[in-house]
Amino acid sequence: MRDPDTAARRSPPRLDAADKATGRARYADDIRLPGMLHAAIHTSQQAHARIVACRTDAALALPGVHAIVTGADIAGTRWGGIVKDETMLARDKVRYVGEPIAAVAAIDAATAIRAAAAIEVDYEPLRCVLSPDAALARDAPLVHEGFAAYVKTVDGGGHGNIVFETDVAEGDVDHAFAQCDAIVEGTFETQAQHHVYLETNGCVADVDASGRITLYASCQSVHHAQQRVAEELGEPMARIRVIATRVGGAFGGKHASNLHSIAAWLARAARRPVKLVLSRMQDFEVQRSRHPARIWMKTGARRDGTILARDVRVTLDGGAYADESPAVLAFALLMSRGPYRIPNVRAHGAVVYTNKLRAGSFRGFGNPQATFAGESQIDDLAASLGIDSCELRLRNAMRAGDTAFGGQPVASCIVGDALMRVRDAQRAASPLSPREGTQRGIGFAVMSHISGLMGTSATVQLRTDGSIALATGCVDIGQGADTVMVQMCAELLGVPIERVSYAQQDSDVSPYNWKTAGSRSTYMTGRAVSVATIEMRQRMIDQAAQMMECAAADLELVPGGAVGLVGIPKRVSFKDIALHSLFRSGGPIAATHGFVFDGPGFDPKRASIHRLAFANLGVYTFGAHCVEVDVDTATGAVAVRRAWCAHDVGHAINPVSCEGQIQGGFVQGMGYALTEALHWNDDGWLTTTTLADYKIPGALDVPPDIHAIVLEDPEPSHPLGAKGIGEPSLVGAAPAIANAIRAATGVRLTTLPMTPERVLDALETR
Amino acid sequence: MREHNVRCTLNVNATMRDTLVRVDATLLEVLRENLDLTGTKRGCNHGVCGACNVLLDGTLVRSCLMLAVDVGERAIVTVEAVAGARPFSDVQRALIDAGAIQCGFCTPGFVMALTALFAHDPRPTRAAIRAAISGNLCRCSGYVKIVEAAERLAGVAP
Repeated sequence: MRDPDTAARRSPPRLDAADKATGRARYADDIRLPGMLHAAIHTSQQAHARIVACRTDAALALPGVHAIVTGADIAGTRWGGIVKDETMLARDKVRYVGEPIAAVAAIDAATAIRAAAAIEVDYEPLRCVLSPDAALARDAPLVHEGFAAYVKTVDGGGHGNIVFETDVAEGDVDHAFAQCDAIVEGTFETQAQHHVYLETNGCVADVDASGRITLYASCQSVHHAQQRVAEELGEPMARIRVIATRVGGAFGGKHASNLHSIAAWLARAARRPVKLVLSRMQDFEVQRSRHPARIWMKTGARRDGTILARDVRVTLDGGAYADESPAVLAFALLMSRGPYRIPNVRAHGAVVYTNKLRAGSFRGFGNPQATFAGESQIDDLAASLGIDSCELRLRNAMRAGDTAFGGQPVASCIVGDALMRVRDAQRAASPLSPREGTQRGIGFAVMSHISGLMGTSATVQLRTDGSIALATGCVDIGQGADTVMVQMCAELLGVPIERVSYAQQDSDVSPYNWKTAGSRSTYMTGRAVSVATIEMRQRMIDQAAQMMECAAADLELVPGGAVGLVGIPKRVSFKDIALHSLFRSGGPIAATHGFVFDGPGFDPKRASIHRLAFANLGVYTFGAHCVEVDVDTATGAVAVRRAWCAHDVGHAINPVSCEGQIQGGFVQGMGYALTEALHWNDDGWLTTTTLADYKIPGALDVPPDIHAIVLEDPEPSHPLGAKGIGEPSLVGAAPAIANAIRAATGVRLTTLPMTPERVLDALETR
Repeated sequence: MREHNVRCTLNVNATMRDTLVRVDATLLEVLRENLDLTGTKRGCNHGVCGACNVLLDGTLVRSCLMLAVDVGERAIVTVEAVAGARPFSDVQRALIDAGAIQCGFCTPGFVMALTALFAHDPRPTRAAIRAAISGNLCRCSGYVKIVEAAERLAGVAP
């Protein structure tokens, strides 16, 4: 059994908290290098147009302009996660308003902005498609005429404006619906949500005399950013080095970006360092959003509440470039069953090109859309069966030993416990006084997510003074990964966390990591850290055995940094071990562990799967939300009064950080539910480009009580039992709030965000 | 377009700083670019997010909404100086201890807002705390632990 007082059980303040509290933490925009230039980009003023000419003479003539790059200058290497459709700058045509066409490096930011504005582009406008419906119409213009020739790492059956299509099915859905006593059916629409990390995207590119680039980037992976910059600059990866800065929030929005390549290109051309930091307006226009979705769903059950079948059709609006769309689509479909035992499920999905900002990864990755539809429908089904919605959920909840949609066995599952925890906590809380003019409702939602996918690694080394050097490729994007990695290493060595240093991510030296995404850091990189630490611990014990002339089996770790004989007060310190290994015999003590996700894969005998963008994923997590809302029947305003969010984290390495993830995720989900939406006008211009127009929750918009309930059901494949908690807390918020609105008023809202206008409209048609 | 620069003497963190500023430069730009005080953050440059908060003669202001040339002789305090000679001010210590800091980009703005609050009300209620930070956006925490930190400092919560 583990000692509850060890480092991992406590929640030490984060390693980076002191620097952040005092303003010392260095983000991309805080870097200033000698001779540094400032970059600005010229972006498309058309949603869909051919570029006839791009004139840079006036910009080049401005004093202080050092370099300009346009689409005509680049090789046209196309980049993309699965469909390689995107170039660093638009070349022959533009596909959304805001798409970078050219970029300038100048002596200061004001000159760069003036020069970028002085670039003249002649367009031949084309008809644009701003919704999947328009893009799929018979005579729709093609967003990518050259689609068929693009390189694709997975064949997604794309054609016309369809990027990718996927099917996942189990059982016999049509036959099962014929056995159902109650069937509910509906269409759900969700909006484009923006990440709104408080720090906009930015980076600084430096260059040496040989032209080798060092990029300081606010990013989610130095390795991924390095790969993209190398491809877009036509350089071997050895000539591109990426170092992570502190990251002021990411949430999926700071994946490898063309901005990194643009800054690197300008630095190489100007032979001087170049800073490129987006304004808030450009960050809205240029980067990524969550996929708008239309989800048709049908769910049926027997009279006794046994859910037999679900049929799902998902259409995602992918925007102008594929980015992570195929993977988001796959994950939306895999999550569309919810954490239920439904034997017959059929899910079809397509993602479609439109002339808008690309949609990409965003906390939840397709799951928020699917779970909004699914959990709304569970409540409607319960109402039609005359069964309490929690009872219906518990009756059909997955249990340990069941399989996920796709057929993977699920070793642990506590979704039922999570639901009972939030239900009981709400019931035990003293009732809030009613508010005049409002109707109170309580709503529930359950959800599952994953934390295992792709590859990662970690390295640990013993230093001469007995302290430990830990390195991984996992970039802390604000969630606290640095601290958690150090805690795991320190716990396994029985030393205080102060004895472990953690290296800033640097593609020249950091062990490989795919990226900080998919709630995977604590599970994937944490597992690599744990296994590497355990291996190094064994090497230290072997070294101690040689020093003490005894068998390694007679030795054990002594808390505080020593190895001693079992039952006898004879020991050698980590420092003694290090010095002996370095100066007498044995050599430096270090260990590296790396792996690619190795959980049980999809089961082709159980599930029929076509064109899935993932080879494998897993390590499922489960959670439940309960919210109390007040609906103002005069204004349509919805106020969330209290929330309880219970989530399975496997084992909480840092319980306070787990709570922070749960509370923050819930509030980002509240924004998704109630206020946040990107809007485009009929010409394809984004009209919500400031934080005044795009409303994220403020302190007075959130309930004072968001109770984070951390549940622990240790994951057997992780040495410390930990799983991920980055995303699931966002996923449950919108359906729980929608269900509470229905409980309060009897109306079902099927479109996000649930603004006062939409609520009032629904109330009027009651 | 000709640039108009003027020489300004700013009273920043109890030091008189001479600097040449563009007439249209905001206080935020001058703090960050001219004076190397990069703790004050640019989140929106629009007066919405509060990441650029500083104190001006003890009053909380958005440094992105004020021109540097308009500051005059008023005393500016930034996040770098709120602790004085100590490593951390009480507000900073409370935020660190409560686990209220995640990505940290909004943190300096919250430090300044709470510093202004506690300067005139050492024992604020929960409602006063929530009101005091209602002009600051945080995307990571859901505000729960920030409010907890302030409540602990106020002695109104355990």
